Amino acid sequence: MAEIAGSGLAEAGSVAVAGRHGVWRDGWIASLAWLAAAAITIGLPDVIPWGSRDLFGGLLLSGAALLALLTAATWRRGGPGERLRHAGPWFIALGVWLALWELSTAKLGWLPKPFFSPPQGLLHVYVTDWQRLGICVLYTLRLWSIGFAAGVAVGFVIGVGLGWSKRFAYWGMPILKLIGPVPASAWIPCTFFFFPTTFHASLFLVALASGIPVIILTAAGVEQVSRAFYDVARTLGATERFLVLKVAIPAALPNVFVGLFMGLYASFAVLVVAEMLGAKYGLGWYLQFQTAYSAYVNVYAALIIMALLCAGLVKLLFLVRDHVLDWQKGII
Amino acid sequence: MALPLAAAPTRAMALDFSDVSLSFALKDRLLPVLDGIDLSIAPGSFVALLGPSGCGKSTLLRLAAGLERPTRGEVLEDGQPIQGPDPRRILVFQDPTLFPWRSVWKNVAFGLEARGLLPAEKGRVDAALALVQLGGFADAHPHQLSGGMAQRVALARALVNDPELLLLDEPFGRLDSLTRLTMQTELLALWRKVGFTALMVTHDVEEALLLADRVIVLSDRPARIEAEVAVDKRHPRRRDDPELIAQRRFILEKLGFGAEV
Ligand SMILES: Nc1ncnc2c1ncn2[C@@H]1O[C@H](COP(=O)(O)OP(=O)(O)OP(=O)(O)O)[C@@H](O)[C@H]1O
Ligand SMILES: [Mg+2]
Repeated sequence: MAEIAGSGLAEAGSVAVAGRHGVWRDGWIASLAWLAAAAITIGLPDVIPWGSRDLFGGLLLSGAALLALLTAATWRRGGPGERLRHAGPWFIALGVWLALWELSTAKLGWLPKPFFSPPQGLLHVYVTDWQRLGICVLYTLRLWSIGFAAGVAVGFVIGVGLGWSKRFAYWGMPILKLIGPVPASAWIPCTFFFFPTTFHASLFLVALASGIPVIILTAAGVEQVSRAFYDVARTLGATERFLVLKVAIPAALPNVFVGLFMGLYASFAVLVVAEMLGAKYGLGWYLQFQTAYSAYVNVYAALIIMALLCAGLVKLLFLVRDHVLDWQKGII
Repeated sequence: MALPLAAAPTRAMALDFSDVSLSFALKDRLLPVLDGIDLSIAPGSFVALLGPSGCGKSTLLRLAAGLERPTRGEVLEDGQPIQGPDPRRILVFQDPTLFPWRSVWKNVAFGLEARGLLPAEKGRVDAALALVQLGGFADAHPHQLSGGMAQRVALARALVNDPELLLLDEPFGRLDSLTRLTMQTELLALWRKVGFTALMVTHDVEEALLLADRVIVLSDRPARIEAEVAVDKRHPRRRDDPELIAQRRFILEKLGFGAEV
């Protein structure tokens, strides 16, 4: 009986393995979808010219070719091709999406200029304006990284203080509750007065946006630490300082990371406002500048860069978290 | 098998409860938990505490650890009132309460690290882990341990500090009976070798009689001392020793299990 069940399992297993290692059907479909998008882009005329049409068509063609190549290469092989296979449905969706996007904007004009743009319009922005965009990215990264780092560092310290010390919390919590919900733009008059340069004022806004969630979650995290941990630590001879550094903070770290993620998103959301303060470059500045000229294509192009930057930083933060909180693996 | 955690015998501590009462303030009333406890524990002795669940045994240990203050009376260490926690008096909690973010090794090292002794005394951490037979789990994290293993880590975390008074709250409660036997033997060997004072809460009458010089039986809450049994059998003791069996019967009667057992 057990043997029969065993062989049945083995068979089921081998079927699954064959399915996994057989033809990567999604790969061929994706390649075809991309080919179709390329054909639409190059073959049909644009209602109004957008520029970079052939470049975009060429890119789509290369994409289709690359997908075909990869599909052929992952033929009956597991291992590294596994992740590619996993992404298969996304490649298909992307191809279909690009084809539909092309049709509804450039080819049929259902979604008109200047509110909408076909993909080659965005590509055209990158091709023609890449220098300025590059500088903007660097400026934004400088503003963001200094502001975020400062906000997080100060926020963490304040959060630990609020969570640990009753007296600090007595004064600090009401103030925090008051200033927490104030929108960033409301600070602009004050910041102009208090900070020597507009760059410092912008830094302050970014730091504030990233710091407040970190404060709130760190304080909550420290407050929630089980009293039993402190009891154990105190009987083992821990001083107050040791309790904070080696019990309260490590126990609160999972919460702190939630605060960091929230702070990261908040800091990106505030970039536009922060770069309103007389910045000469920066993605936020670029967004406003181009909006003023109704150059929405440029706005979209910059938004995409911003979204990718933010997603990349979130990914980075996840890696840091998994490394720092590796003790949580298997608990959650 | 026992490992030399302390090179020389430790100084042992005298512990005195003099007319100690303690009540917890609940929302609407006072909950009296300990009622006039008078207990003198000589340095180097091994005392076991027995009593019904919820009678206040853990609370008594927390008093000795300096984690609670008596409502009335005094708890004295070597004649001086206990002011607060001190690593000379270490409590092994009923719940292991390991720090989940620290590896097993670092959990055991916590006390030494807190007192700045770790750099010089790393070897003692390894010795303590070997003593509880967890040398191979030094790098594991607490969530990877079984309940019994966690309890052994908690024991090692206490022993590594060479306490003068070791307070044990059902330290072997979660161990299987064989590991329990080994750990009892190890604890006894260590106690005889190092000579600290031991005060152990247990729910196991046999365990109390096998290990302790004195067994104190507490009443239901609020706890008073109901009876005391002196055990002067030499170690190693046999659990089928007729004298111990008689004492066991006596204690069970005091706990309210006369006829059944
Ligand atoms: N911090 C506290 N606040 C209020 N009541 C408490 C507190 N700690 C303990 N108690 C109460 O004191 C009583 C004694 O608790 P304790 O933990 O000392 O019992 P115990 O004898 O150790 O029981 P067990 O054998 O089940 O561990 C219980 O009724 C408990 O509810
Ligand atoms: Mg208890």
